[in-house]
Amino acid sequence: MSLCYSYTPNYFSIEDILVTQERIPSKFLVNVPKLGKLNPSAEENDIKQGTALDLPFWLADPLSFARHPLISIELPRVYKEAYREILKADATAVDLHKLGLYFYELGLYVKRLDPRREVEAILLHTFRSRFKELMDFADDVVCDPVKQNRLDMFERTLFQKAHFSRMQLKSWLNNSEMRLEAATMVINHKKRKRIDVDDLF
Amino acid sequence: MYGESACSLVKELDRNRGTLPPYNNELIGEVEKEICHLIQQNVADDFKAHEDSNVGAGLDYTATIRTRHAIIQRNLRCLLAYHYNRLRCLRTMRWEFGSILPPDIKVNLSHAESNWFSKYSSMLATYMRSIGDDGGVNLTIDLNPPKALYIEVKCLVDYGQYELSDGSLVLLKESNRYFLPRAECEDLIRQGVFQHIIN
Repeated sequence: MSLCYSYTPNYFSIEDILVTQERIPSKFLVNVPKLGKLNPSAEENDIKQGTALDLPFWLADPLSFARHPLISIELPRVYKEAYREILKADATAVDLHKLGLYFYELGLYVKRLDPRREVEAILLHTFRSRFKELMDFADDVVCDPVKQNRLDMFERTLFQKAHFSRMQLKSWLNNSEMRLEAATMVINHKKRKRIDVDDLF
Repeated sequence: MYGESACSLVKELDRNRGTLPPYNNELIGEVEKEICHLIQQNVADDFKAHEDSNVGAGLDYTATIRTRHAIIQRNLRCLLAYHYNRLRCLRTMRWEFGSILPPDIKVNLSHAESNWFSKYSSMLATYMRSIGDDGGVNLTIDLNPPKALYIEVKCLVDYGQYELSDGSLVLLKESNRYFLPRAECEDLIRQGVFQHIIN
């Protein structure tokens, strides 16, 4: 579960697979015979030129970036002008989780659709302004679930890591002897264990 | 929709971080079937396009074939990621649970995975035996620098008899406290049998 996973283009990364599952608006430029199944609302056998569909990014990407693109894709709604204005005004007030589970990571993929590089700037701006609050928040002993629900998945991993190491530092400062702990997987396994019915009787 | 079952495989792993869900034979079979089906269709369409082009006019299947190919690659990626991430988890388990897995985790493994686990386990044991001069070094203990040779521990389960390295036997009972050499109990603490007590 290390953070670096999704940052190298890691073929096996679970996060990256889930990010590329997000759908983005696309439009077919050519006729695609026999693949009517891609369009759940139509019963025809073929996909006609000009059909607009929300395709998952993993499909839209290889079809649109080639010498002969089959489809054209556009920026998802949350990276467009209107939302950019909101984020510019005060990024800390926004519920990023609602805008998309993987706001930053999908943003990194779709930023090349914006030739004026405004998406790139807004991603950086959002992260910078929210990061301070995130750090403060991770220093608290008690976590506020309402605040936690407003983070996107990437911020959540950051938060968990920061909170965990903060707690470790705290316990180390309190008593310099480190307690020997059971391995994390062992603890979780114990918690999940179902009660054996035979033991009860 | 294509690629759906492959993605739910990966989602299943995502939901169960830190544990191993049962090996999902059914879904894997479905994904495999989808891949085979797509490949067959691609081959058939390619063949047909060749025939048509010999005659003259015909439908252009390039777009269809390219789309199917993208779906095949996605399915492959999900399948590989599923197996790879399960192996990573299994490897961590070797370090955290020790060489013997709890039975309810064991039933979740596929046949190939349990083979891999025993192979990895024996390789690790051989390596640990080969370091140093006498008898090797156990790499899974002493993860933190020790402060004292003896530590106080509380037993959490009825473990039964346990033999210390000097040959003496200790009977480990639930909720009893013991004062034991640190090196002896570190393994049991990691496995959750003991709880380390610091005043």
